[in-house]
Amino acid sequence: MSEESMTIIVFSGEFDKALAAFNLANTGASMGMDVTMFFTFWGLGVVKKGSLSRGNKGFMQWMMNIMKRGGADHLKLSQMNMLGAGTGTIKSLMKKYKMPSLPESMALAKEQGVRFVACTTSMALMGLEEDDFVGDVDEFVGAATYLSLASEGKVNLFI
Amino acid sequence: MDADHTLDCIGLYCPMPIVKTAQKIKELAPGEVLEVLSDDTGIKSDMPAWAKKTGNEYLGLEEAEGEIKVYVKKPAG
Repeated sequence: MSEESMTIIVFSGEFDKALAAFNLANTGASMGMDVTMFFTFWGLGVVKKGSLSRGNKGFMQWMMNIMKRGGADHLKLSQMNMLGAGTGTIKSLMKKYKMPSLPESMALAKEQGVRFVACTTSMALMGLEEDDFVGDVDEFVGAATYLSLASEGKVNLFI
Repeated sequence: MDADHTLDCIGLYCPMPIVKTAQKIKELAPGEVLEVLSDDTGIKSDMPAWAKKTGNEYLGLEEAEGEIKVYVKKPAG
Protein backbone atom coordinates (compact mmCIF):
# COMPACT_ATOMS: atom_id res chain seq x y z
CA MET A 1 0.00 0.00 0.00
CA SER A 2 1.25 3.47 -0.82
CA GLU A 3 1.34 6.11 1.85
CA GLU A 4 1.30 8.98 -0.59
CA SER A 5 -0.41 12.15 0.40
CA MET A 6 -2.83 14.48 -1.31
CA THR A 7 -3.97 17.96 -0.34
CA ILE A 8 -6.93 19.96 -1.59
CA ILE A 9 -7.35 23.66 -0.91
CA VAL A 10 -11.09 24.26 -0.85
CA PHE A 11 -11.22 27.99 -1.59
CA SER A 12 -14.65 28.07 -3.21
CA GLY A 13 -17.92 27.88 -1.35
CA GLU A 14 -20.11 26.70 -4.18
CA PHE A 15 -21.98 23.44 -4.40
CA ASP A 16 -20.45 22.16 -7.64
CA LYS A 17 -16.88 22.97 -6.65
CA ALA A 18 -17.27 21.43 -3.21
CA LEU A 19 -18.70 18.33 -4.88
CA ALA A 20 -15.61 18.00 -7.09
CA ALA A 21 -13.36 18.45 -4.05
CA PHE A 22 -15.11 15.74 -2.02
CA ASN A 23 -15.26 13.32 -4.97
CA LEU A 24 -11.50 13.62 -5.41
CA ALA A 25 -10.85 13.41 -1.67
CA ASN A 26 -12.94 10.25 -1.43
CA THR A 27 -11.25 8.68 -4.44
CA GLY A 28 -7.79 9.55 -3.10
CA ALA A 29 -8.61 8.02 0.28
CA SER A 30 -9.91 4.89 -1.48
CA MET A 31 -6.60 4.69 -3.33
CA GLY A 32 -4.74 4.54 -0.02
CA MET A 33 -3.67 8.17 -0.01
CA ASP A 34 -3.45 10.34 3.05
CA VAL A 35 -5.86 13.17 2.22
CA THR A 36 -6.09 16.63 3.82
CA MET A 37 -8.67 19.24 2.84
CA PHE A 38 -7.70 22.81 3.68
CA PHE A 39 -10.82 25.00 3.84
CA THR A 40 -10.16 28.68 3.31
CA PHE A 41 -12.02 31.89 2.37
CA TRP A 42 -15.41 31.00 0.80
CA GLY A 43 -14.56 27.35 1.33
CA LEU A 44 -15.04 27.89 5.07
CA GLY A 45 -18.78 28.02 4.29
CA VAL A 46 -18.68 24.32 3.44
CA VAL A 47 -17.71 23.37 7.00
CA LYS A 48 -19.45 26.26 8.74
CA LYS A 49 -22.53 25.51 10.84
CA GLY A 50 -25.87 26.43 9.28
CA SER A 51 -26.76 28.91 11.97
CA LEU A 52 -24.13 30.77 13.94
CA SER A 53 -24.13 32.60 17.24
CA ARG A 54 -23.35 36.32 17.14
CA GLY A 55 -20.28 35.77 19.36
CA ASN A 56 -17.75 38.58 18.97
CA LYS A 57 -18.52 39.16 15.31
CA GLY A 58 -18.51 42.78 14.18
CA PHE A 59 -21.59 44.15 12.40
CA MET A 60 -20.15 43.68 8.89
CA GLN A 61 -18.94 40.17 9.71
CA TRP A 62 -22.33 39.27 11.14
CA MET A 63 -24.12 40.60 8.04
CA MET A 64 -21.74 38.67 5.78
CA ASN A 65 -22.41 35.45 7.67
CA ILE A 66 -26.16 36.00 7.46
CA MET A 67 -25.95 36.61 3.71
CA LYS A 68 -23.72 33.62 3.16
CA ARG A 69 -25.32 30.85 5.15
CA GLY A 70 -22.96 27.97 5.79
CA GLY A 71 -23.32 24.22 5.81
CA ALA A 72 -22.84 21.63 3.07
CA ASP A 73 -26.59 21.50 2.51
CA HIS A 74 -26.94 25.24 1.83
CA LEU A 75 -24.40 25.74 -0.95
CA LYS A 76 -25.39 27.03 -4.36
CA LEU A 77 -24.23 26.19 -7.88
CA SER A 78 -21.54 28.49 -9.28
CA GLN A 79 -23.55 28.78 -12.49
CA MET A 80 -27.26 28.47 -13.30
CA ASN A 81 -28.34 28.71 -9.67
CA MET A 82 -31.45 30.61 -10.78
CA LEU A 83 -32.53 31.56 -7.26
CA GLY A 84 -32.01 27.99 -6.13
CA ALA A 85 -33.96 26.27 -8.92
CA GLY A 86 -30.79 25.15 -10.69
CA THR A 87 -29.25 23.82 -7.50
CA GLY A 88 -32.49 22.01 -6.67
CA THR A 89 -32.53 20.42 -10.13
CA ILE A 90 -28.94 19.18 -9.79
CA LYS A 91 -29.69 17.80 -6.33
CA SER A 92 -32.72 15.86 -7.58
CA LEU A 93 -30.79 14.57 -10.61
CA MET A 94 -28.02 13.38 -8.29
CA LYS A 95 -30.63 11.53 -6.24
CA LYS A 96 -32.07 9.97 -9.40
CA TYR A 97 -28.63 8.71 -10.43
CA LYS A 98 -27.93 7.41 -6.91
CA MET A 99 -25.04 9.82 -6.41
CA PRO A 100 -24.29 10.67 -2.79
CA SER A 101 -25.43 14.12 -1.65
CA LEU A 102 -22.83 16.65 -0.53
CA PRO A 103 -23.43 15.96 3.20
CA GLU A 104 -23.17 12.22 2.45
CA SER A 105 -19.90 12.71 0.54
CA MET A 106 -18.58 14.72 3.45
CA ALA A 107 -19.52 12.02 5.96
CA LEU A 108 -17.92 9.41 3.69
CA ALA A 109 -14.71 11.45 3.57
CA LYS A 110 -14.57 11.55 7.38
CA GLU A 111 -15.31 7.82 7.54
CA GLN A 112 -12.37 7.23 5.18
CA GLY A 113 -10.04 9.26 7.38
CA VAL A 114 -9.82 12.45 5.31
CA ARG A 115 -8.51 15.28 7.49
CA PHE A 116 -10.35 18.62 7.49
CA VAL A 117 -8.42 21.72 8.46
CA ALA A 118 -9.61 25.34 8.45
CA CYS A 119 -7.61 28.50 7.78
CA THR A 120 -7.38 30.75 10.83
CA THR A 121 -6.66 33.94 8.85
CA SER A 122 -9.88 33.63 6.83
CA MET A 123 -11.69 32.81 10.07
CA ALA A 124 -10.46 36.05 11.65
CA LEU A 125 -11.47 38.03 8.57
CA MET A 126 -14.99 36.64 8.70
CA GLY A 127 -15.26 36.78 12.48
CA LEU A 128 -15.53 33.00 12.74
CA GLU A 129 -14.53 31.06 15.83
CA GLU A 130 -13.88 27.35 16.30
CA ASP A 131 -17.42 26.89 17.67
CA ASP A 132 -18.85 28.13 14.38
CA PHE A 133 -17.67 24.99 12.58
CA VAL A 134 -19.06 21.49 12.38
CA GLY A 135 -17.24 18.93 14.50
CA ASP A 136 -15.71 17.38 11.39
CA VAL A 137 -12.96 20.03 11.36
CA ASP A 138 -9.92 18.43 12.95
CA GLU A 139 -7.62 21.42 13.22
CA PHE A 140 -7.36 25.17 12.77
CA VAL A 141 -4.12 26.03 10.99
CA GLY A 142 -2.20 28.51 8.86
CA ALA A 143 -0.54 28.54 5.45
CA ALA A 144 2.77 27.13 6.71
CA THR A 145 0.99 23.97 7.87
CA TYR A 146 -0.61 23.64 4.46
CA LEU A 147 2.64 24.19 2.59
CA SER A 148 4.54 21.76 4.75
CA LEU A 149 1.93 19.10 3.91
CA ALA A 150 1.77 20.09 0.25
CA SER A 151 5.55 19.94 -0.15
CA GLU A 152 5.31 16.25 0.78
CA GLY A 153 2.18 15.73 -1.31
CA LYS A 154 2.07 13.98 -4.65
CA VAL A 155 -1.23 15.61 -5.61
CA ASN A 156 -2.06 19.14 -4.51
CA LEU A 157 -5.22 20.79 -5.78
CA PHE A 158 -6.79 24.22 -5.50
CA ILE A 159 -10.53 24.26 -5.99
CA MET B 1 -14.10 -15.76 -14.39
CA ASP B 2 -14.46 -17.31 -10.94
CA ALA B 3 -14.64 -14.98 -7.97
CA ASP B 4 -14.90 -15.46 -4.21
CA HIS B 5 -17.01 -12.35 -3.65
CA THR B 6 -19.25 -10.11 -5.76
CA LEU B 7 -19.87 -6.40 -5.27
CA ASP B 8 -22.88 -4.96 -7.08
CA CYS B 9 -22.26 -1.36 -8.15
CA ILE B 10 -24.89 -1.23 -10.90
CA GLY B 11 -26.36 2.26 -11.11
CA LEU B 12 -23.49 3.88 -9.24
CA TYR B 13 -21.17 6.46 -10.74
CA CYS B 14 -17.57 7.47 -10.13
CA PRO B 15 -16.16 7.52 -7.51
CA MET B 16 -18.62 5.22 -5.71
CA PRO B 17 -17.64 1.88 -7.36
CA ILE B 18 -14.01 2.56 -6.42
CA VAL B 19 -14.88 3.71 -2.89
CA LYS B 20 -17.01 0.60 -2.36
CA THR B 21 -14.33 -1.66 -3.84
CA ALA B 22 -11.76 -0.19 -1.45
CA GLN B 23 -14.09 -0.87 1.48
CA LYS B 24 -15.02 -4.37 0.29
CA ILE B 25 -11.46 -5.54 -0.38
CA LYS B 26 -10.67 -5.11 3.31
CA GLU B 27 -13.12 -7.95 4.06
CA LEU B 28 -11.37 -10.37 1.68
CA ALA B 29 -8.79 -12.91 2.74
CA PRO B 30 -5.38 -12.65 1.04
CA GLY B 31 -5.45 -14.28 -2.40
CA GLU B 32 -9.23 -14.02 -2.81
CA VAL B 33 -10.81 -12.56 -5.96
CA LEU B 34 -13.47 -9.84 -5.99
CA GLU B 35 -15.88 -9.39 -8.87
CA VAL B 36 -17.31 -5.87 -9.25
CA LEU B 37 -20.43 -5.33 -11.36
CA SER B 38 -20.77 -1.89 -12.86
CA ASP B 39 -22.52 -0.04 -15.68
CA ASP B 40 -20.32 3.06 -15.44
CA THR B 41 -17.82 2.75 -18.29
CA GLY B 42 -15.26 4.79 -16.33
CA ILE B 43 -14.64 1.63 -14.32
CA LYS B 44 -12.71 0.10 -17.25
CA SER B 45 -9.92 2.59 -16.75
CA ASP B 46 -10.43 3.34 -13.05
CA MET B 47 -10.21 -0.19 -11.68
CA PRO B 48 -6.76 -0.99 -13.16
CA ALA B 49 -5.57 2.44 -11.96
CA TRP B 50 -6.93 1.81 -8.46
CA ALA B 51 -5.43 -1.69 -8.33
CA LYS B 52 -2.01 -0.48 -9.44
CA LYS B 53 -2.00 2.25 -6.80
CA THR B 54 -3.19 0.05 -3.94
CA GLY B 55 -1.10 -3.04 -4.66
CA ASN B 56 -4.03 -5.23 -5.66
CA GLU B 57 -3.93 -7.29 -8.83
CA TYR B 58 -6.22 -6.35 -11.70
CA LEU B 59 -7.26 -9.56 -13.46
CA GLY B 60 -9.35 -8.17 -16.31
CA LEU B 61 -12.92 -7.54 -17.33
CA GLU B 62 -15.88 -9.13 -19.04
CA GLU B 63 -18.48 -7.01 -20.75
CA ALA B 64 -21.96 -7.92 -21.94
CA GLU B 65 -25.03 -5.80 -22.70
CA GLY B 66 -23.83 -2.70 -20.90
CA GLU B 67 -22.85 -4.60 -17.79
CA ILE B 68 -19.17 -4.64 -16.97
CA LYS B 69 -17.63 -7.21 -14.66
CA VAL B 70 -14.17 -6.39 -13.39
CA TYR B 71 -11.95 -8.69 -11.36
CA VAL B 72 -9.36 -7.80 -8.74
CA LYS B 73 -7.29 -10.06 -6.57
CA LYS B 74 -6.13 -9.20 -3.08
CA PRO B 75 -2.42 -10.01 -2.89
CA ALA B 76 -1.51 -13.21 -1.07
CA GLY B 77 0.24 -12.79 2.26
